[in-house]
Amino acid sequence: MESLTDWQAGLEDTTLGPTRRTSARYYTLVGFLIAVLAWGIYAYYLQVRDGLVVTGMSDRISWGLYITMFVFFIGISHAGTLISAILRVSNATWRTPITRMAEFITVVALSTGALFVIVDLGRPDRLIHVLIYGRWQSPIVWDVTAVATYLAASLIYLYLPMIPDLALFRDRMSSSTSALKRGLYRALSLDWADTQQQKAALHRAIGVMMILIIPIAVSVHTVVSWIFAMTLREAWNSTIFGFFFVAGAIYSGIATLIIVMAILRKAYHLEEYITRKHFQYLGYLLAAMAAVMIYANISEYVTTGFKLEEGGEFLFRQLFVAEFAPYFWFYLIAGLLLPPMFMLIKPLRTVGAIVVAAIFVDLGMWVERYFIVVTGLRAPLLSYEPASYAPTWIEWSITAGGFALFALLITVFVKFFPIMAVWEMTEERKSAGASTSEAPVVAGDRS
Amino acid sequence: MMGRSMWSGSLLALALTTAAALVWITGSAIVLMVSVVTAMLLWFVRVMKRAASTQPSQIVHSTHTPGQDREITISAVDRRTAIRLFGLSALFFGPLRGVPDLLERVVDAPPTPQVPVAQGRAAQVPPARIRQWAMIIDLRSCDGCQSVESPPRCTQACIEGHLAPEPMEWIEVFEDELEGEGSRFLPAPCQHCQNPPCVNVCPVAATFSTPEGLVLIDQDRCIGCRICMAACPYDRRFFNWGTPPVPTDALLAEYDLEAQVPARTGTVMKCDFCPDMVRAGALPYCIQACPNRAIYYGDLEEDVASNGREVVSITRFLAASDAFRLKEELGTQPRVFYVPGHGEAVGREPTHTGRMKTVWPWPRVAPGSRVWNR
Repeated sequence: MESLTDWQAGLEDTTLGPTRRTSARYYTLVGFLIAVLAWGIYAYYLQVRDGLVVTGMSDRISWGLYITMFVFFIGISHAGTLISAILRVSNATWRTPITRMAEFITVVALSTGALFVIVDLGRPDRLIHVLIYGRWQSPIVWDVTAVATYLAASLIYLYLPMIPDLALFRDRMSSSTSALKRGLYRALSLDWADTQQQKAALHRAIGVMMILIIPIAVSVHTVVSWIFAMTLREAWNSTIFGFFFVAGAIYSGIATLIIVMAILRKAYHLEEYITRKHFQYLGYLLAAMAAVMIYANISEYVTTGFKLEEGGEFLFRQLFVAEFAPYFWFYLIAGLLLPPMFMLIKPLRTVGAIVVAAIFVDLGMWVERYFIVVTGLRAPLLSYEPASYAPTWIEWSITAGGFALFALLITVFVKFFPIMAVWEMTEERKSAGASTSEAPVVAGDRS
Repeated sequence: MMGRSMWSGSLLALALTTAAALVWITGSAIVLMVSVVTAMLLWFVRVMKRAASTQPSQIVHSTHTPGQDREITISAVDRRTAIRLFGLSALFFGPLRGVPDLLERVVDAPPTPQVPVAQGRAAQVPPARIRQWAMIIDLRSCDGCQSVESPPRCTQACIEGHLAPEPMEWIEVFEDELEGEGSRFLPAPCQHCQNPPCVNVCPVAATFSTPEGLVLIDQDRCIGCRICMAACPYDRRFFNWGTPPVPTDALLAEYDLEAQVPARTGTVMKCDFCPDMVRAGALPYCIQACPNRAIYYGDLEEDVASNGREVVSITRFLAASDAFRLKEELGTQPRVFYVPGHGEAVGREPTHTGRMKTVWPWPRVAPGSRVWNR
């Protein structure tokens, strides 16, 4: 077995790697993402200038891509909670190398998702009215508070376990590091000196946060679903909507984590720490969530479809055979049924195949969010022809900008912050070593 | 029987109050949680800074004696610090600043901005008596303006009176298929629900119920989130998707909430039951313009309504005519009543279908505006 010190040095080097070397490819990627984002911002400028008339929305289908993006991204943010909080509570140590990425996805996805609510507003200049005149009776205000709480909590939950690693960065900066970066790490690492008392306080704080963040996360996507379920619309009139949305959120969150993990692993050579085992375990979780989602869909569509009340017939027709059938069946087959198949067939349990499955999950869930929003609004309320909705290039540009922003924030993050929890991984390896050799491990000096 | 209905009524009231209280408490709890979470972080920062000055640990993987932990906690947060931290966390109570106002708005009906001062004839109404506006639409007399060969005159007059932007038809004449053969025409204004789903979901109380039973919108407060449009089961809300195509004259007017003139970009509009008109002693535009006098407007409190030609007792009129309300099963309690029919009173055959399209007659519209699709 490789000596612990060597192993730790290797891990530290790997984690510090991205902050020390920047490849030309990295700059190309950042340049591309900034270009897409800038294009999205330009499209948003046009929208602010001319009004939402530049979108494909109309009075009868008054929500579209933006609300889809809101629901999708807030859903993705559940990756962090699941991986770091739920698995931490259940003491699953295999999750340690990927917690940091998961927590960061949470923060970035939440910020991106929340932005799309503002993009959707007819009067973004009056956003402050929500604080001044906010009424707790409105599902929108539930959303604002839940998302704000979740963002605050996830920022803290991202930050706390990062403190020892930030201290590591602070100690390992070379003399050529900019003063800004030095100041940043010094301030953020809170004089971390690896004392027992500090560790005790840190463990306690993490312990509180990991419990606190689980109900917050569940509440967030529940109230997101209530934006729909609290209206008098046939398609959204469902008591399982909260559960359905939370399950979908965790499902797409795991898938996004798998994709981000695969990209970072390849870009920064993390193969030693993020192994095939991690992809497989997440793949199993993905398959389990797929089962939950399939169950939720059966429960939802069989109970309404069996009775097929007056309004239900229109909804079923547009979903199963008419206008939205391609989306619906894509979601069902490629988004729900196909991905767990990858996990059932042993030769397919490779990293590449699991990533492909994850991509299908994300595509399927995005499409599901889209048709839930649009089909629910499309059903006529009085005797008129159903409206149609086709997103305009402005909406697509802003949507692309949103994805670019998500990717850009992650890309920039890895340049400044430790992408793996070095101290936790080291601690766990030490305790594993201690339990096998039955001898106390003396860490003493790290130099 | 009486006792039983009262019993179930108070049970319902109790359940509703409990639900409202729960929602209130949950909301406040979330804000409280943000504050607590933040306070915890601030406490933690302090603990970390303090603990940094103690000796580095010799053994990394070890258990800690509980006594040590407690000591840190106590020394780290003395009373003064704790008070300071919670003072800081109060920054996050922003949304709660308006609580007294909000409570008032929840308990009472929301205040109507620009509360009308009683004048002229209205001054004769005793102050304790509050009008309860309602509308009755007699479908027996509605032929979709086929006989006068015009687009529905009610819609047309509403647009011209309110300077409504194209393509908004605040009172829109729908053609329903009848069971069997043919069709009927159904003019639909805002239903002015007494349990309005739109008011219930509005995050900023931009749309509100008045003591007179009207649902109005303050376009200076509306943030354009459009959840009210998702919530309205009658498709009676309209959005200003762009710069509203209104006549240039409208832009000169000072904004009036009751008339909804001039239209504001990025906000929601709808039929307002013309409160300014009735206060001045006139019937709403749609009623004045109806060639068949099919629409009545009146006060449930005084039990009278008029179509401009005759005055009826609302209760007797409704009882005698088998009246209904749209989607009554939803529990929205609309203030618009319909008398079933298909224009038979004005000689329309159900098989004579189709109506003319509404036109927006403005010669010149606001600069930079463009018409959007309905």
